[in-house]
Amino acid sequence: MRFHDVIVVGAGLAGMRAAIEAAAGGADVALLTKVHPLRSHSGAAQGGINAALANNPESHDDSPEKHAYDTIKGSDFLADQTAAITMTADAPRVIFEMEHWGCPFSRTDDGKIAQRPFGGAGYPRTCYGADKTGLYLLHTLYEQTIRLNTHYYEEWMVLQVAIDDQGACKGVVALNIPDGAIEMIGANAVIFGTGGAGRMYGNTTNAHVSTALGLAMPYWAGIPLKDMEFIQFHPTGLYRSNILMTEGCRGEGGYLINSEGERFMKRYVSEKVMELAPRDITSRSIATEIEQGRGIENSYVHLDLRHLGKAKILERLPGIRELCLDFVGLDPVTSPIPVNPSMHYTMGGIDCNADGETRSPGFFSAGECACVSVHGANRLGGNSLLDTIVFGRRSGAAAAKYAKNLPKAADERTLNKAHQKLQERMAHYSDPKGTENPYKIRDDLQAAMPSKVGIFRTEKELGEGLAGIRDLKERFKAIRPVVKTRSFNMDRVWIMELAGNLDVAEIVCDGALRRAESRGAHFRRDYSKRDDPNWLKHTVVTYSPSGPQFSYSETDIGRYKPEERKY
Amino acid sequence: MAAFKIFRYDPDDVRGPYFQSYDVNTTKGMTVLEGIFWVMENLDATLAFRCSCRAAICGSDAMHINGKYRLACQTQIDKLKPPVVIRPLAHLPVLKDLIVDMQPFFDNYKCIKPYLLQKDEPPEKEYLQSPDQRRKLDHHIDCILCGACYGSCPVAYGDPKYLGPHALLKVLRFVDDSRDGAGKERLAMVASEFGVFRCHTIFNCKEVCPKDLNPTGAISRLKNKILAEKFPILKFLAR
Repeated sequence: MRFHDVIVVGAGLAGMRAAIEAAAGGADVALLTKVHPLRSHSGAAQGGINAALANNPESHDDSPEKHAYDTIKGSDFLADQTAAITMTADAPRVIFEMEHWGCPFSRTDDGKIAQRPFGGAGYPRTCYGADKTGLYLLHTLYEQTIRLNTHYYEEWMVLQVAIDDQGACKGVVALNIPDGAIEMIGANAVIFGTGGAGRMYGNTTNAHVSTALGLAMPYWAGIPLKDMEFIQFHPTGLYRSNILMTEGCRGEGGYLINSEGERFMKRYVSEKVMELAPRDITSRSIATEIEQGRGIENSYVHLDLRHLGKAKILERLPGIRELCLDFVGLDPVTSPIPVNPSMHYTMGGIDCNADGETRSPGFFSAGECACVSVHGANRLGGNSLLDTIVFGRRSGAAAAKYAKNLPKAADERTLNKAHQKLQERMAHYSDPKGTENPYKIRDDLQAAMPSKVGIFRTEKELGEGLAGIRDLKERFKAIRPVVKTRSFNMDRVWIMELAGNLDVAEIVCDGALRRAESRGAHFRRDYSKRDDPNWLKHTVVTYSPSGPQFSYSETDIGRYKPEERKY
Repeated sequence: MAAFKIFRYDPDDVRGPYFQSYDVNTTKGMTVLEGIFWVMENLDATLAFRCSCRAAICGSDAMHINGKYRLACQTQIDKLKPPVVIRPLAHLPVLKDLIVDMQPFFDNYKCIKPYLLQKDEPPEKEYLQSPDQRRKLDHHIDCILCGACYGSCPVAYGDPKYLGPHALLKVLRFVDDSRDGAGKERLAMVASEFGVFRCHTIFNCKEVCPKDLNPTGAISRLKNKILAEKFPILKFLAR
């Protein structure tokens, strides 16, 4: 039977960084990925990655402590402070390392890594490569895995985590997509770096492949998820397609304009902050403008870059210009860009610590699928790329260390049981009596989530949302049989993804319904204030056959006492 | 409504490859990728294709659409003359429908050492690189390795050992990087019979590149650098 010391699932930034570090720790590592590594959604990140390098003249007195404070304040004080400090302290070294590996960052006049202002940050702290930072980081890490001859299983999709009777992780069961075979792979440690879950929502910036299956698999295996109700809406998704228009547009000086031609952010934050408020506040402001009739065509606002001039747009935001030309046929040099808030990021994820360790020994997570938690109730722009590399590296090291002293052999009994479990689940997708169209169920889920579990939430809508999701889960039990082709059966792939989306969407909605306060990205119209005495705590959700079980865990409060969050 | 004619092939199907026609229910602004999704979800769930970001940055969905290699997600249906005829990328083995085996493409990429070979020991902080030095990398670093150039290249058609426009563009990306110390080694590597001199300067790769890059230009610059290296009198060529 196949066996590796460490298996990494997902080959985006977190997964590849983890694999590199685990190999450096002496482990035999394999990377499983359902798409070629360069197709990972990390590559679509645009604006940059945060570190207190103090390279910009305006940031000469920046420090990792100030970065940590901004992160914690941005999180509406739900972030675990020790973890946030760890991340910001690690930030400079991991970014220098990416630079040493060849990442083509943009430069200051004196040849250092260039940094731009980003939302919620006290200093220009976001290191960037034009507006394609994610692409450059992703290609740089892929290049390193080529150099190191990393073992890849490409287009292998993990479908089941194998957990033994003591609760330890012993490997995975995966679909070899080109071949159609279901295969078991034993491991002493498994690291999940499966990324975001945007495709629960119809209005997402995320890739088609960014589904909640990567969260659902550990959840089904008994590993808790944390803080799933905190969903980030990016203020500027391109109208209709929701393709990301980087926060860097505003970092470089872009304006948000309503139908009355007004820079409306002045109504919501101080004149000093304006368009560079954190994402939760900016998205709510845009939604409010549209709701109060100051949206354009009642549906979007303008992101105006025209005053930046052609030269600056071509130098700093060339990718944004390409996207606008290709997808809406307008040139931001001469026209404002139609944008609306779009689902962008899950602050929550697999409950883990700063070394990626979870409740299950041998199971680690890193990146967007993980919840350490450093982002709390609202993530700052530029901190997600940082999260992938800092915690990818740390979990890779921890997994290699954990795997080192265990016997190098697959636990066949545990893997066979996991395989059996998966077969049972899949048999149900082939039931000839089923009639429901899975893609209709997906569409219904994607329509319900933005309207019922959106930017503004109420008990009534969340209740309707939850009932609706449960109804969809019932319909999913009666789906028409999956098509029978063997090689590249994408019908089967999308149906498995949908199963994950449905279960995690239920957790998002239920968690939001229970959290009777407003914090960060979770805004309840019926409980519009933050409620620290009752709700300064993490939501922890554990699987049970009768439905998700909710409990709460303490937030790690350190030197920064929760205060009113003002910008 | 738009008529789609899609290349079909299933290795388990004795019929072999064929084209199948579909009527796609189109909406305003719909892309070819969305059209293919519509077919898969509404008419024929056996249809296989790759996709990920749908924003022209991941490089999954390069294919041959109405006579040109391009990204399905970047191509709007109403800009095409119907029927929309879709085939997989050329010069690579078809695995299923619109999915090709990218292995030969990535093997060529891997053999040019596509990673920085540091000129100097890494400093404590970043290597210093002036904005002018960095500007030399503009464009080369935007390649998404989608394979559109390779599919369109008539030399790649005739000679699978030819490194191809994508790999050669990547070579120049490192040769031009002030932090890379292996310039001479890289030039020697591509001065071979399967390297830059195999290029016939046809410009198909430039024509189709969805990121508006110019691999032919990059290959010409590599040729000039190699010539300048060999014949000092041609030093002026080595820009």
